[in-house]
Amino acid sequence: MELFTDYTLRNVTLGSMLLGAISGLLGCFAVLRRQALLGDAMSHAALPGIALAFLLTGQRDPFTLLLGAAIAALVAALWLLAIVRTSRIKDDAALALILAVFFGFGLVLLSYVQRQPTAAQAGLKSFLFGQAAALVERDLWAMLAIGGPALALIAIFWPQVKLISFDPDVARSLGLPVRRFEVLLTGVLVAAIVIGLQTVGVVLMSAMLIAPAVAARQWTNRLETMVLLAAGFGALAAFIGAWISAQGERLATGPVIVLAMSALTAISLLIAPERGLLWRRWRLMRQWQIGNGE
Amino acid sequence: MLTPQLEVQLIAVIIAAACALPGVFLVLRRMAMLSDAISHTVLLGIVLAYLISNSLASPLLFVGTAAMGVITVWLVEMVSGSRLVREDAAIGLVFPALFSIAVLLISRYTGNIHLDTDSVLLGELAFAPFDRIELLGIDLPRALIFGGGALILNAILLALFYKELKLATFDPALAATLGFSPAIIHYGLMTSVSLTAVTAFDAVGSILVIALMVAPPATAYLLTDRLPRMIGLSVAIGVAAALSGYWVARWFDVSIAGAMATMAGIGFGAAWLFAPQRGIVAQALQHRSRRERFAVQMLTLHLLNHESTGDAAIECHPRHLIEELRWPPAFANAIVRRAEQSGLVRRQGDVLCLTEQGRALARDL
Repeated sequence: MELFTDYTLRNVTLGSMLLGAISGLLGCFAVLRRQALLGDAMSHAALPGIALAFLLTGQRDPFTLLLGAAIAALVAALWLLAIVRTSRIKDDAALALILAVFFGFGLVLLSYVQRQPTAAQAGLKSFLFGQAAALVERDLWAMLAIGGPALALIAIFWPQVKLISFDPDVARSLGLPVRRFEVLLTGVLVAAIVIGLQTVGVVLMSAMLIAPAVAARQWTNRLETMVLLAAGFGALAAFIGAWISAQGERLATGPVIVLAMSALTAISLLIAPERGLLWRRWRLMRQWQIGNGE
Repeated sequence: MLTPQLEVQLIAVIIAAACALPGVFLVLRRMAMLSDAISHTVLLGIVLAYLISNSLASPLLFVGTAAMGVITVWLVEMVSGSRLVREDAAIGLVFPALFSIAVLLISRYTGNIHLDTDSVLLGELAFAPFDRIELLGIDLPRALIFGGGALILNAILLALFYKELKLATFDPALAATLGFSPAIIHYGLMTSVSLTAVTAFDAVGSILVIALMVAPPATAYLLTDRLPRMIGLSVAIGVAAALSGYWVARWFDVSIAGAMATMAGIGFGAAWLFAPQRGIVAQALQHRSRRERFAVQMLTLHLLNHESTGDAAIECHPRHLIEELRWPPAFANAIVRRAEQSGLVRRQGDVLCLTEQGRALARDL
């Protein structure tokens, strides 16, 4: 498999799989907590953070830019929660508004950056659709450095996180600081988004959070199994996507990964035991046949 | 003839108005995120229509994109209708998949022609005046004609179906019993959103379409309770964001579409903070004034309880309020002053006593 021996391809494949696994795992909590689209809004909102980080520091190393992205995404998420809490604007409108406004501001900053005479600005635009082909080893370490602590936090607070994901009211009545854990989970989501920005870009990032979780949910009712499955699905889709896009010219890795993930999700929705649509239909037919004495 | 600068502003204003009209109902019906989905998936409609007709000006483009918008909504409803996935997650599943297909088709089959993902997402309003066609013998920018068409269409649809839309938005159950099909109204609105998105798309980019559809109506929603006023305000706010965004962009030499979205966001932020009744500041002021009114009532009650007893000299001293009612000194002084000003309490030496008016108030409590 040259996917793992060729240096460039190895980085692309490993990086994408790392991203798929981490975002798939962390996306589960967003989907369970009915915040699937928060990831979409936050990934768009990260754009001005990237541009500002570059403008302020003049650096193009992944840590600086991703830190800027994380801060912007977090600001967007907090503003969003504040809008929904303090006004009559519902969360759908608040999400769409924040997404578009932050992204628009990001474009303003990007167009400003592009007029700067420095050569280092090249490549900032790749954050729009991602550029998996440009992943280098340093990016992989950045992913691990951001994703590792996020995963560790989830592991440490597993019982609390589990309870809050399923029933925040019960968690509150048991005296858990639910608000604090919500901020923690939002922060973890930000980490997942930030990791994916370079590979699949701000536009398609939401799919990497939502699709693995939805696919995994169909196969199990246990959260432990679900998060592991989602991580597996994410990594598998990333592997398939990286493999397919290595086959042909002009097959951008990000969109191919998203399509592979969508296919896995569609298959899960159709054939997963107990829940899948085809499964349910098949069982109905069986019952009907049994009922007819066959 | 208009100068290119005026033409750009005119295009922006018309598109802002055209987006605001369906946007009002998207916000009120809690479907704002569908505009996000649609504005991404119309790209697939454009690409497919382009691959079939080999032209970016064919009418097929409109049919294709409007159909794609409706297909998007239908797919989202089908996925969430299976009850396996919630609606928000369904949106997040459907549009990235369709958008990915569009991106791959573009990079694989259309080479580097006019249609590239950047311009579709970001738009380039500054170039809009160079793309011209003739209408009735007058040479006009294409974006102006298409945007104007979308505006007129949306205005006509709104005028024709205003009552139905209003009813279906605020009382869907009643609308259904009266025989208005919610599905027809829903898909009609979605078709209008898709058509508006595709006309605006080329000039301002898909993200600004979302900004112009959602931000002005959301801002107007904070300012008024009446639907006709909300529609009018949304159009006005959208137009203001477009014009101010244009001038900001020229001033700093940055992306016009991005600056318009930013101004729309600043407008919303201002309304969120300073709206007359619903703004954060107004809410805080109302909260304070309620608290003070309550405190004045407490004061009158306290004085009434103690005014005829022997310890009135102690109990009715302002310093005592600080101890017994646990009021911070500054707050206690403010409340006493407020009660004096409204003629409920007056000072006799060091001691406070009720006026007739204050006694009446305290008895009523």
